[in-house]
Amino acid sequence: MLAKRIIPCLDVKDGKVVKGRSFDRLKYAGNPVALAKKYNEDGADELVLLDITASYEKRKIMAEAIRKVAKQIFIPLTAGGGIDSIEDMRNALNAGADKVSINTAAVKNPKLIRQAAEIFGSQCIVVAIDAKKKGRKWEVYIEGGRKAAGLDAVKWAKKAAALGAGEILLTSIDKDGGKRGYDIGLTRLVSESVNVPVIASGGAGSLADIKNVFEKGKADAALGASIFHYGKFTIKEAKKYLFKKKVEVRL
Amino acid sequence: MSKMIAIIDFGAGNLMSVKNALDYLNVDGRITDMSDEIAKAEKLILPGDGSFGFMMEELRKKGLINPIKEFISSGRPFLGICLGLQALFEESEESLGVKGLSVFKGKVVKFKKGKVPQIGWNKIICKKNASSRSIFFDSYMYFVNSYYAAPEDRSIIAAMTDYYGNFTSAVSFKNITAVQFHPEKSGNFGLELLRKWLEC
Repeated sequence: MLAKRIIPCLDVKDGKVVKGRSFDRLKYAGNPVALAKKYNEDGADELVLLDITASYEKRKIMAEAIRKVAKQIFIPLTAGGGIDSIEDMRNALNAGADKVSINTAAVKNPKLIRQAAEIFGSQCIVVAIDAKKKGRKWEVYIEGGRKAAGLDAVKWAKKAAALGAGEILLTSIDKDGGKRGYDIGLTRLVSESVNVPVIASGGAGSLADIKNVFEKGKADAALGASIFHYGKFTIKEAKKYLFKKKVEVRL
Repeated sequence: MSKMIAIIDFGAGNLMSVKNALDYLNVDGRITDMSDEIAKAEKLILPGDGSFGFMMEELRKKGLINPIKEFISSGRPFLGICLGLQALFEESEESLGVKGLSVFKGKVVKFKKGKVPQIGWNKIICKKNASSRSIFFDSYMYFVNSYYAAPEDRSIIAAMTDYYGNFTSAVSFKNITAVQFHPEKSGNFGLELLRKWLEC
């Protein structure tokens, strides 16, 4: 059966990985290729490169980072951050990304999902959803978590999948950065509502958190940023732990 | 014959990842849709994303069906990846009424259970009676597929994989090798498999 995936996410700004400075166990922090190589050797199942560069002109630098990583690392690469048109997607895919992740642009123009899936295939369209708890439900936020979109996260996930999203990258705004565990309720609800894989994100602080999001949250993959960046655990350690706990992982 | 390895371009799919992998392994891979390039290639790779119908239609429009079949008959090494495996069969549930390359008997069918497409790392289990110089070994490989081939001749199956039931994840017959997964995206083991194929 399919292994549960562990996906490190690299935030890239002006062609360099940020947050990298505290990356104690990694040399050459800041260089996306060196970090991607290290993660690959360490057993990462995929990589996400998130462009946090604000300006349009700097997109070319991001494309260059993708190109360099794709020439050296042979695991799936997802590019995200600020992608809002078919042209942006094509540029990222041509640079060597296998998938693109869209967020705000998909909420503002849901047809973009269908259009992208028809052109590139669902398998490479990841719809990223940032959600925040509101009462007994979760509300979708856009523009980097700054603005409520007035959509219910579960309904939006279903709609995105129906429009052709191949995967859902689900981030809990409440849990993000808190290192106290993923939002299990949200993850499980979305995962059981859609027939596409769900990548859980936001809140991983311990290896048990990762196990829980797989077992209780029914996630297909777990995204980790700070848990791996700051060298608290390596991906290999995480996978060995999961293997011992009888979670199927690729060792 | 040159040392060149032709990678068939039918207008879809991430061909660069296959080309990048060949570059990494220091071999001359050339992305092409020209029949004369195919004719003079030492080895041929048919990669593919997209739909069965779209692929066959594009291959037909580009006049590549006969060049591919002729290449295969010549006995030179052929590698089909993902849709490139499915295309070797007669037909697919994905695109009813569209004829495949029909190199092998059998059809391509859809997963009936689980999340579809299957996306992620799954284990290939090799058949031990596959040809003695089999390039396959038990390992996790990266899959993205909604459909899989069901060969009539079970002896061509080189590896099976479990996704809510076993399905054929690799076939091997004479000079033909084809895999349902993406070796070019399967990390170091995927590269190892490609290296072994390049050596055969």
